[in-house]
Amino acid sequence: MRDFYGVTLDSPLMLGTAQYPSPAVMQQAFAASGASVATVSLRRESGQGQAFGQIVRDLGIHILPNTAGCHNAREAITTARMAREIFETNWIKLEVIGHADTLQPDPFGLLEAAETLAADGFEVFPYTTEDQVLAQRLIDAGCRVLMPWGAPIGSGMGLNNRYGLRTLREAFPDIPMVIDAGIGLPSHAADALEMGFDAVLLNSAVAQAGDPVAMARAFGLAVQAGALAAGADPMGVRDMGAPSTPLIGKAWL
Amino acid sequence: MKIELNGTPRQITATTVADALVELGWADARVATALNGDFLPATARATQPLQDGDRLEVLAPMQGG
Repeated sequence: MRDFYGVTLDSPLMLGTAQYPSPAVMQQAFAASGASVATVSLRRESGQGQAFGQIVRDLGIHILPNTAGCHNAREAITTARMAREIFETNWIKLEVIGHADTLQPDPFGLLEAAETLAADGFEVFPYTTEDQVLAQRLIDAGCRVLMPWGAPIGSGMGLNNRYGLRTLREAFPDIPMVIDAGIGLPSHAADALEMGFDAVLLNSAVAQAGDPVAMARAFGLAVQAGALAAGADPMGVRDMGAPSTPLIGKAWL
Repeated sequence: MKIELNGTPRQITATTVADALVELGWADARVATALNGDFLPATARATQPLQDGDRLEVLAPMQGG
């Protein structure tokens, strides 16, 4: 099993901490999901940050700070350095947003920030697209994990470009990959795991569900099923039907 | 002197970042700081002088995806 900078995860589910109806629901959702990683951000202290920080630490799972909302390498690098100090981890989910509507990463800013941060000892989880050329550049920059998007952040569309994602997965068999963004349903998460991705990262799909705790449990089960299926060597796909019931011994009627 | 604290003008008497955090009530808070756009490690706050017009960002953990 591929690990994340030397860390083997108990569950291939990474869950965000935003948009829940209440902190209590968030805590219950994490417990129900079995997620092994919680993503968090840094924002201007307005009086709530201290309590929230404690809630996140009390989840008792790995913390993955993000650079969400950063639109250039400089912002992302400074945010990453602040996050490393406050969360005491070298892990950083590196987001450099390039487009306001699609929230597509800016590949140039992303690469620039990844080079600086990897050289500075960070363990970078770059939020990227399925672009293979960019993937190679990020690996060359020192990234040992890739986080290709499934679809735009918060869209819930699932795996938009299955061909591109499958090609990316096959091109870099040794690199752990997380499908980050666009997951809307447990079936999308299972799909990603079945395709050989190592984990999924999602937030809105759970937090915005009518019953976040039930949906969190559904995702926990889906990633287990997907991972189990991937390890079980799925059958090949064919165009024509093939009978599964033996023909030998069928009566002449 | 007048600095810009988290995007808002603010009058303070402290002359270092460490003293400013005490003055602002964040003496024991887990926060990360940036001065004029650059990360300022906690270990450097006591010796970092503040000047009129400085932009000080004080960040804390927040919900994120």
